[in-house]
Amino acid sequence: MAQAYSPGLTVTDNIVLRKERILPLKGKVLVKKGDKVKADDLVAETLLPGKVVPFNLANKLGVDSKFMKDYIKIQEGDVLEKGTVLAETKGFLGMFKSTIKSPIAGEVESISNLTGQLLLREPKIPVSVKAFIDGVIVDVIENEGVVIENKSAYVQGIFGIGGETNGDIKVIASSPSESIDPKKIDQTCEGKVIVCGAIASLAVIKKAQQMKVAGIITGGIDDQDLKDLLGYDIGVAITGHEEIGLTIVVTEGFGEINMAQKTYELLKHFEGKKASIHGFTQIRAGVMRPEIIIPLPFDEKELKVEEPKMSELLIGTNIRVIRQPNFGKIGKVTALPEQLTKVESETLVRILEAELEDGQKVILPRANVEVIEN
Amino acid sequence: MGNTQILKRIIATDCGSTTTKSILIEYMGGEYRQTVRGEAPTTVEKPLNDVTKGVINAVTELEELARIKYQDDSIKFTKDGEIWLSGKEGEGVDAYVSTSSAGGGLQMMVTGVVAKMTGESAERAALGAGAIVMDLIASNDKRPNHEKIERIRHLRPDMILMAGGVDGGTTKHVAEMAELVGAADPKPRLGSSYKLPVIYAGNDKARDIIKDTLADKTDLIITENLRPTLERENLGPARDKIHDLFMEHVMAQAPGYNKLMSWTKGPIDGKLENIPIMPTPAAVGNIMQTIAKVNNIEVLGVDIGGATTDVFSVFTEDKVFNRTVSANLGMSYSISNVLATAGIENILRWVPFDIDRAGLRNMIKNKMIRPTTIPQQLEELVLEQAIAKEALRYAFIQHKEFAVSLKGGQRQREISEAFSQSTSGDTIVNMMTLNLLVGSGGVLSHAPRRHQSVMMMIDAFLPEGITRLAVDSIFMMPQLGVLAEISEQAATEVFEKDCLIYLGSCVAPVGKMKPGKLSLSARIELPNGEVFEEDIPFGEMRLLPCGVGETAKATLKPARGLDIGAGNGTEIVTELHGGVVGIVLDTRGRQPFVMPVEAAERVPLLKKWMKVLNAYPAEILS
Repeated sequence: MAQAYSPGLTVTDNIVLRKERILPLKGKVLVKKGDKVKADDLVAETLLPGKVVPFNLANKLGVDSKFMKDYIKIQEGDVLEKGTVLAETKGFLGMFKSTIKSPIAGEVESISNLTGQLLLREPKIPVSVKAFIDGVIVDVIENEGVVIENKSAYVQGIFGIGGETNGDIKVIASSPSESIDPKKIDQTCEGKVIVCGAIASLAVIKKAQQMKVAGIITGGIDDQDLKDLLGYDIGVAITGHEEIGLTIVVTEGFGEINMAQKTYELLKHFEGKKASIHGFTQIRAGVMRPEIIIPLPFDEKELKVEEPKMSELLIGTNIRVIRQPNFGKIGKVTALPEQLTKVESETLVRILEAELEDGQKVILPRANVEVIEN
Repeated sequence: MGNTQILKRIIATDCGSTTTKSILIEYMGGEYRQTVRGEAPTTVEKPLNDVTKGVINAVTELEELARIKYQDDSIKFTKDGEIWLSGKEGEGVDAYVSTSSAGGGLQMMVTGVVAKMTGESAERAALGAGAIVMDLIASNDKRPNHEKIERIRHLRPDMILMAGGVDGGTTKHVAEMAELVGAADPKPRLGSSYKLPVIYAGNDKARDIIKDTLADKTDLIITENLRPTLERENLGPARDKIHDLFMEHVMAQAPGYNKLMSWTKGPIDGKLENIPIMPTPAAVGNIMQTIAKVNNIEVLGVDIGGATTDVFSVFTEDKVFNRTVSANLGMSYSISNVLATAGIENILRWVPFDIDRAGLRNMIKNKMIRPTTIPQQLEELVLEQAIAKEALRYAFIQHKEFAVSLKGGQRQREISEAFSQSTSGDTIVNMMTLNLLVGSGGVLSHAPRRHQSVMMMIDAFLPEGITRLAVDSIFMMPQLGVLAEISEQAATEVFEKDCLIYLGSCVAPVGKMKPGKLSLSARIELPNGEVFEEDIPFGEMRLLPCGVGETAKATLKPARGLDIGAGNGTEIVTELHGGVVGIVLDTRGRQPFVMPVEAAERVPLLKKWMKVLNAYPAEILS
């Protein structure tokens, strides 16, 4: 059977999770294999090369670059302070000397006698990587980072904004279909990951920012609200780098859409527990989806990562509709006809027949459903 | 590469960023035909992280459909989880070829000295090789040097192409650019275990300087100057190097590609040889140029994908080929960027009913985050096609700006050119002289009604004079482009018989007048024996029946002030080619084409045109 449908997003109360935590450049790993780490622990650090500042010394001296060597006072590799003399003209009888000073502190990367250009480099910038999840170090990639494993309850979101954060889960919505009132967010939400229902409106997000909420998990978000929040329209889905003071993980999609019952119940079950979340979303080229990770107590012997497999679409498989009409509804496959079928838009597609939770029998393009893992 | 050996069964796949498409080509009755097609989601992503899984799924679908078609359960294309090249007749397949644009395709950065001269030539070379150009950095591009360095460092391209200077010219600026690249010490996008490939195709006198600056830090490859003189481009050697590096470095890093690269094989001179995977757009470019040369015509092609829209053109007597990639205009991953670029008003002007704007915004974003879904409802289809028109329109604007004559050169001008005031740097895209417009990509090739493809192509590209329209039926141009590497015969035969579906012709007078005034007097002898004769007012559309392979003798006289190719008000007597849709007469005006701003005025017009074109079921247009 060809797989002409979307693999579903994972929602599970128990998964062995493996996370690579890698530095952007080679550096130093701070932990060793077998170490137990907490989400906020540093696991690796490095120094990023400082910014390069090109500086055309020949122009400043007003000489042709091939004569620059007669005036230059520095060499490649020299450490500089701001104001260090780079070159000096001889002047006339010791007078009218002109001195060229370094505009930055750092070091001399290179000197080109061909173009007269110096490349000065600013001091290195320290960068560190946190564990992000509570777990155990199962592998150290020398000079690059680590692999952490744990046992977690785990929810993949569909879209998110904002980077990595963590906090205890607090369920604000009384049901997965609630559109919560901003008043429900108060001081008790500070530092928490709050769970809304079908939508987090702009007012809710603003209130959460005010109350220093760490993260919001919501079924839906309105695109106009998102634009107003960020001040720009998201063009391509590469997100997670927004700096809005909190992280938002959307589990279903855009608009007001009930959070999947299973997701809501899972979050409710783990209320009060710590969750690590991030909003990184990249839909093309090395897909990334936002994640909600709730670490569970585990014995190291239990850590055995399962091979990923693509779930199959069969009669009886639980599915979720991921496009209008019936967007967001859950159902069960009742038939999988082979032949192409014409749907309302007159598109000829491979379809499936399904019975939705409300008893409605529908025909759906296979491309418009995702499989729900049992 | 020639190959006279008959290949009974060939499988070709194209691994796109969303979907992996497979086709089966069979030699039957003395000719090559494309017989079955399949597709499956591309699997370069987690959890599968292996492109070959999607390939096997797409080929398995092919296998299932072939079994149904021939009612033969013994048909088998895969064995032990691989494509089966048995080498024996009647078992497995004889050849397997593939193109790829998955994993974001080939992403490059190019550098030049003068942005509009060597910079543009470098960009043309990279685009022609099938790359997406992330940025063009030139000595004169006004950004301060430190910003250029930061940009180079942050981009993380798959490779860099450096041009600059004519042969024997000054070396200073090229040297400076090399210093900037060296200072940025750029890292490749995929994997950190290898050095970033840098191709130098600039002033030959600067080669040693470039080696001194970059040989240690990068994987430096030196090739011929792509702009040896201001008057001449020599893009071939640089393009070839890009293709070599694409295979050796980029593809080898993407998940599963090493395996896939070992699968793509076909017989060459009787021996089973490896056939390199080609970047999808490079393969499409090959085929487009072949059509233009073989038929001596000007061609414009568009491929609107999920993430990007590519426009290809072959214009002028010299058959100058240009390709542009609008990296962020597409129908799924990038659909939201179409909204951001065009604005909601420009999209809604093509929609013949009221729609809640917030709902439209959310629908577009939902398509972005679930890119493989398809419109089930008619309204959603109309909306997607409205968005497609704007994506195509913007991609075409970008193409026209890029496809220009060489800038900076001294060239002798003929008297006719002097009168037409063409100068170096003008666009060479001329919609009036264009012969064939080819559309491809899901939204055009898979539109439920071919009439919708005609409508989208006319509204987005606004062809002028007389233009034939076609779609690539199932977007197999990429597969045919790479297939030509082992069998030109198979590629060209399938192209002619199964690839292009001729939709018909569009006749559109250029110019503007008041609605209702006479714009075109047409007398058309249709193949069914009827004669269509009408003085068509301005602002109208007509659709006349004329089938595939049929022609209609037409006498077309535009009103004064309008032109259909022979000059102001001048009559043309010609033969119009038919197609699955027919002949469209479009008197809505060109240069400019204007639509009423007010919905109350615009919507009835849209409905009228859509009805004439039979674009949608009547209920949505009533």
